Amino acid sequence: MYLDLGDLGFDRGGALLVKRALRLAGPAEAINVTGRSPDLAVHLRAWCRTEGNDFQWVGDSANGYAQILKGPAADQRWSGAERAGGADPRECTAVLDHPSQRWGLAGRGALVEAGSPEFHFSLDRKMEVWSDDATRMYAQAAAAQWDPTKAVPWDIEFDLPDEVEDAVVQIMTYLVENETAALVVPSRFVAQIHPHFREVMQVLAIQAADEARHIEVFTRRALLKRKELGLSTTGGQASLQTLVEEPNFAIASFLLSVLGEGTFLTLLWFLERVAPDPVTSAVCRLAAQDEARHVAFGMSHLREHIQCDPSIRETLLNAVRRRHDALRHTAGLNAEVFDALVLLAAGSWECADIGRGHGAVSDLNQEMHISRKKRLLKLGFSDADAEEMSFLHTRNFM
Amino acid sequence: MSQNTLVLGAVAYDPKVVTIWNGFQSYFDQRGLRFDYVLYTNYERQVEALVAGQIHVAWNSPLAWLQTERIAAKLALRAQAICMRDTDRDLVSVIVTREGSPIRSVSDLKGRRIAVGAKDSPQATLIPIYYLTQHGLEPNRDFEVLPFDLLVGKHGDHIGGERDAARALIRGECDAACLIDGNLLQFAQEGTLPAGSVRTIATTPLYDHCNFTVLDRAMVASVALFRELLLGMSYEDPDVRRLLDLEGLKRWLPGRTDGYKLLSNAVDHFGYLDDFVHAMRT
Repeated sequence: MYLDLGDLGFDRGGALLVKRALRLAGPAEAINVTGRSPDLAVHLRAWCRTEGNDFQWVGDSANGYAQILKGPAADQRWSGAERAGGADPRECTAVLDHPSQRWGLAGRGALVEAGSPEFHFSLDRKMEVWSDDATRMYAQAAAAQWDPTKAVPWDIEFDLPDEVEDAVVQIMTYLVENETAALVVPSRFVAQIHPHFREVMQVLAIQAADEARHIEVFTRRALLKRKELGLSTTGGQASLQTLVEEPNFAIASFLLSVLGEGTFLTLLWFLERVAPDPVTSAVCRLAAQDEARHVAFGMSHLREHIQCDPSIRETLLNAVRRRHDALRHTAGLNAEVFDALVLLAAGSWECADIGRGHGAVSDLNQEMHISRKKRLLKLGFSDADAEEMSFLHTRNFM
Repeated sequence: MSQNTLVLGAVAYDPKVVTIWNGFQSYFDQRGLRFDYVLYTNYERQVEALVAGQIHVAWNSPLAWLQTERIAAKLALRAQAICMRDTDRDLVSVIVTREGSPIRSVSDLKGRRIAVGAKDSPQATLIPIYYLTQHGLEPNRDFEVLPFDLLVGKHGDHIGGERDAARALIRGECDAACLIDGNLLQFAQEGTLPAGSVRTIATTPLYDHCNFTVLDRAMVASVALFRELLLGMSYEDPDVRRLLDLEGLKRWLPGRTDGYKLLSNAVDHFGYLDDFVHAMRT
C-alpha cells in the first residue's frame, strides 16, 4: 500500500493517516510512506519505534520513502477487551445484572481494554437501582428544566401585611432546609451507582439539579422583602438527619422520594393554592412539577426492586418504624411552620378565617396521608401496613 | 542480601521507577525468580555497585554500559548486555534550528550558540556534539554550548533538559538545539515546538540506548531465568502491558552492543569517561 502525506508532517497530524493506512493494510502488508515534510523520516522512525511498528527507510535521504510494517502491539492491546453491555437499554442484554467493577467509568456498550483499574461502586446490582422508566424520566426531566430567573415573575408588584410576609418567609425557610436534604441524598448515591446504570445516574443527577433550583427560588422568595431567613428547629433537622444519613439506597430512596417528596408534593400544591402572592404561588408550582417526577422515579425503581425481591418490603416497613422511634421525642413539624400554614390558608386574622385555615391544614394532613397510603398500596404493601407506615411517617413531612 | 535473590540496580530518574520495578518484582516472583531491586540516584553509583558485586544486574544507560564495559575490561571481567527494549534500538539525535533561520546546514553553525541537554546525556549532548566535531566544528572553539544540566548523573533519562533546550530555541536564546528523535516528535505533538516552528538541519547516525548489564561472574542461572522471563513478557497480558507502557516498550529484545560504537567514539573524543574509569581502576 502506498501513502503520500504531501506537505503534512507529524507535527500537524500526519500520524492519523499513517495509523489509518496500517489499519487498512492486510496482514503482513507493508505501507510505503512518502511526503515532503522535512522531518518526515525522523518523525516516522521515532513514531514507529514507540508504536512497535517496523520501520525501514528505502533509498537515499532526499528521495527515499519509509516502509512500515505493522507490529503486533496495536492488536495485542485489545486482546481480552470486553464489551461493557449494550448502549441501548431496550435490548435485553444491554443492562447487566452485575456489571464488572473493571468497566469503571466506561460508557455502557464501550469496548473496555483488559487490565483497567478496578473501581468500587457499591451500588452495582441492577436489582438495587434499575428502573426501565429511567430513560424516559431523564428525557422528561431534561426537557422540563426551567430557568429560575425567567420562570418566576420576580418583578411583579405586591405588598403583604407584615405578619403574612413573615409566614411566607418561615415556610420558605422550612422548604429550603428540606430541599437541601433532597439534594444531598441523591447526590450521595449518585457517586455510588455503577456508571453502567447510566440512566439512573442521570435521573439522580438531574434530581439534584432540580433541588438546587428549588433552593434558589425558595431562598430568593424569602429574601424578596426581607433581609434574613426565618427559624430552623432541632426537630426538623433531626428528622432530616435520619434521611441524609441513611446508608441504604432502597431505604433512602423510599423514605425520601415515596414518603417524603410524595408528602411534599401535596404540601407544595396546597401552598400554590393558598399563596398570598403570585411569586410564592409560582415557586411552589414549579417545584411541585419537579417533585412529581422524583416521586414517579422512586416509585418506579422500587416497584421493580420489590418485584425482584419482595422481602425488601419488610425492610422498608422496619425502616419506617425505626425512623419513627428515632424521632419519637422530637417535636415533628415546627410550630412556626404549622402556624404559618394556617395563617396562609386563613388569609386573615379574623377568627372565622383562622378556624377555616386550621381546618384546611387538617385536611392537608389527611390528604397527605391518603396519597402516601395510595402509593404504598401501589408498591404492594397490605392495607394494614400501608396504614401503619403512613401514620408513622415523620410529622415533619419530608 | 539473600544468596538466592537476583538483585537489580536501576536509577530513580522518575517516581514511576518504583511502580515499574515493584510490578516486575511481582511478575518474576510468580514465575519462580527471587528478585529484588535497589534504586540509585545516579548511574555512576550503580556502575560502582555492579562492579563491587552489590547488585547482579544493572539497568544501564548507554553511557553506563560503556563505563561498565571499560572498567570490567580493566578488571579482566566481561560485561554482557543481556536484554534491551525494542525502543532502545536504532535511535537518532537531531540538531534543529528555528524555521526561518539563515542556518541551513551544519557548517552554518560556526560561531553560533547550540543548546544541549545534561552534560552526561548521550542523546542530547555527547552524540550530537561529537557529530559536529566529525563535521569540523569543535565545541567552545567553533560554537558556544548552552547546557541544560538537569539531573546530572541520570545520563539524560529525564526529559526536562531537552525540553528546556527546545524552549530556549523557541525563545531565541540559542541558534540550534540537540534532541533525540523521540523527543522531537513528542515536543511537536505536545506543542513545546509548535507545528512548523523548527527545521532539522542534521541527523546523527543510528545508535542504541539502554540495556540490562551483567558481569560474567553473576548468578548465571538466575540471570538466564531473568532474561528468559523478560523475553517472554507479552504486550497482550494486561498486567504486564501497564508496566511496559510505563517503561516505554512493546517487547524486550536480546541485548546487542554494536549500537554503542558511536557513543564510544564520542566519549573517546572528549575523554569523557577517563576520570571515572581511572578512579575505579585504582
